[in-house]
Amino acid sequence: MKLVFERPKSLQETKTHYCPGCGHGVIHRLVAEVMDELNIREKTIGVAPVGCSVLAYNYFNCDMQQAAHGRAPAVATGIKRVLPENIVFAYQGDGDLAAIGTAEIIHAAARGENITVIFVNNAIYGMTGGQMAPTTLLGQKTETSPYGRNAQSAGYPIRVCEMLSTLDGASYLARAQVTDVKNILRAKSYIKKAFETQINKKGFSLVEILSPCPTNWGMSPSNAIFWVKNEMTKVFPPGIYKDWEEGR
Amino acid sequence: MEKILMKGNEALAEAAIRAGCQCFFGYPITPQSELPAYLAREMPKRGGVFLQAESEVAAINMVYGAAGAGARVMTSSSSPGISLKQEGISYLCGAELPCVIVNIMRGGPGLGDIQPAQSDYYQATRGGGHGDYRTIVLAPSSVQELVDLVYDAFDLADLYRNPVMILGDGILGQMMEPVVFKERPKRELPPKDWATTGMKNRKQNVINSLYLDPVKLEEHNWKLYRKYKEIEEKEVRYEMINCDDADYFVVAYGIAARIALSAIEMARERGIKVGLIRPITLWPYPAKAFEEVISRAKAFLTVELSLGQMVDDVKLSVNGRAPVYFYGRPGGMVFTAEEILKEIEKMRGWPDETGI
Ligand SMILES: Cc1ncc(C[n+]2csc(CCOP(=O)(O)OP(=O)(O)O)c2C)c(N)n1
Ligand code: SF4
Repeated sequence: MKLVFERPKSLQETKTHYCPGCGHGVIHRLVAEVMDELNIREKTIGVAPVGCSVLAYNYFNCDMQQAAHGRAPAVATGIKRVLPENIVFAYQGDGDLAAIGTAEIIHAAARGENITVIFVNNAIYGMTGGQMAPTTLLGQKTETSPYGRNAQSAGYPIRVCEMLSTLDGASYLARAQVTDVKNILRAKSYIKKAFETQINKKGFSLVEILSPCPTNWGMSPSNAIFWVKNEMTKVFPPGIYKDWEEGR
Repeated sequence: MEKILMKGNEALAEAAIRAGCQCFFGYPITPQSELPAYLAREMPKRGGVFLQAESEVAAINMVYGAAGAGARVMTSSSSPGISLKQEGISYLCGAELPCVIVNIMRGGPGLGDIQPAQSDYYQATRGGGHGDYRTIVLAPSSVQELVDLVYDAFDLADLYRNPVMILGDGILGQMMEPVVFKERPKRELPPKDWATTGMKNRKQNVINSLYLDPVKLEEHNWKLYRKYKEIEEKEVRYEMINCDDADYFVVAYGIAARIALSAIEMARERGIKVGLIRPITLWPYPAKAFEEVISRAKAFLTVELSLGQMVDDVKLSVNGRAPVYFYGRPGGMVFTAEEILKEIEKMRGWPDETGI
């Protein structure tokens, strides 16, 4: 029999704790496939955030450190400075990266820290039960914006790729969505490029991935996909924001 | 061996490099600034990493990452900065990561001032961050001791997989004294086979402080507790000066102990038999030292540059068996030996009173 599909070596055999229709599982798989394809698993150290993906070390089959809320880029910096020849990636949600950890991500990028960040933007705090995130859309209802996010009292969503693209230290920045096969494959190609950026010692790379959270959005998995595609992409346009190879 | 005249902060930095410190992460704050400046100059030349972080919060988390990757790593700060590092210190203790944290204390609370103080004693010895944990706390009282304790700090950190704090005050950081960098025998230390260095040819290593299973969390905390007990048994350090014939005792650490010693000499000239108990480890606290003298002790006087923090540990050690008095100034201003002498004389005047 011909083997046509198997689990990437970089993923462990674990029962998922993610909700049905959650994007985290798909994104884990993409990162793992890229690690396999680049043959870097045995020299990679991942940093898990605080958030729904806090247990990332139970999924990725590589050395892992679990970081305090928002501090993954600092922890990754510490690792990378000690082990410059290894591959270091941080995996973060939007609450983690764009709220409590804003300083850490901006400065890791500004330093051109040679690490890769996988940034999962689901426009909400998943783990703590659906509170407003810095990436929550205007009008979006959450536990702490029950009447819809209002710019006057709660400010505006933060566009991370756009913001980081002003920093000279950032070498590769891209935003994708895990909504359909084409977009998932595109997300994977961005992730691969981000790791290649690090392998080539070109500095800081980050891939933002728009990802559904059906549970806290109060939607069916399929409606959540539509919402990413139709609503989130309006505020967070997918695409490549910075690429050292193309001089942008 | 060559004696060099050096400022405390710089001597500490040099000792750290000699003790094998591979990387330093910090954020500027007075009165410890000469330490990072020295390392910024020296580390790159001597194969180490120096990085000025964007904040104390980031610095301590860089320490976490580097320690987890198996390096000897240090950070330094002063009181308000140490407050910010508490989140990371709790995580370092939870994940059992070795590192050295220097606190050159200044006056607080809040922004306070940049003058010397010893008012971070509670924070240093009681944890400071969330959770049941302890950090080993070393309190030198001279520049030479500062240097010597740096080597010990790195070894103790690696031996117990635990953060070690060097607690000094502004004077110690700023004063210049002759120091000798002695060659030290290398201590046998456990291999860092738990470090995340890439999993080639072995199982996955995970650095973590999360235990979602309550049974596992409790087990982990009991394990930490047993480690702390072992440290309490094996690593207590203190110095006793003029104690052999004494019936009164001054208890002081760090710079306060230096000043107290002058006061004790003055008291002895006046015929008061007083000795000094100087804790070197503030955690584990040297309760032992008190046992040595308790049968003949008429009273104890705790002297601190705070409103009374270590005095709690003195009272716990004495446990009601003799009066315990306190004299302190809350930081910023430093007491003189004469002021302490007055307190010693008072103590002798009230031998039968119970302590404060
Ligand atoms: C210092 C600190 N503050 C708050 C929390 C609680 N907390 C846990 S997860 C989380 C939000 C995570 O949201 P996000 O990063 O968007 O990840 P998601 O769960 O959506 O994947 C918060 C606030 C914490 N663990 N630590
Ligand atoms: S709460 Fe949301 S982000 Fe968290 S696992 Fe469920 S769907 Fe995924």
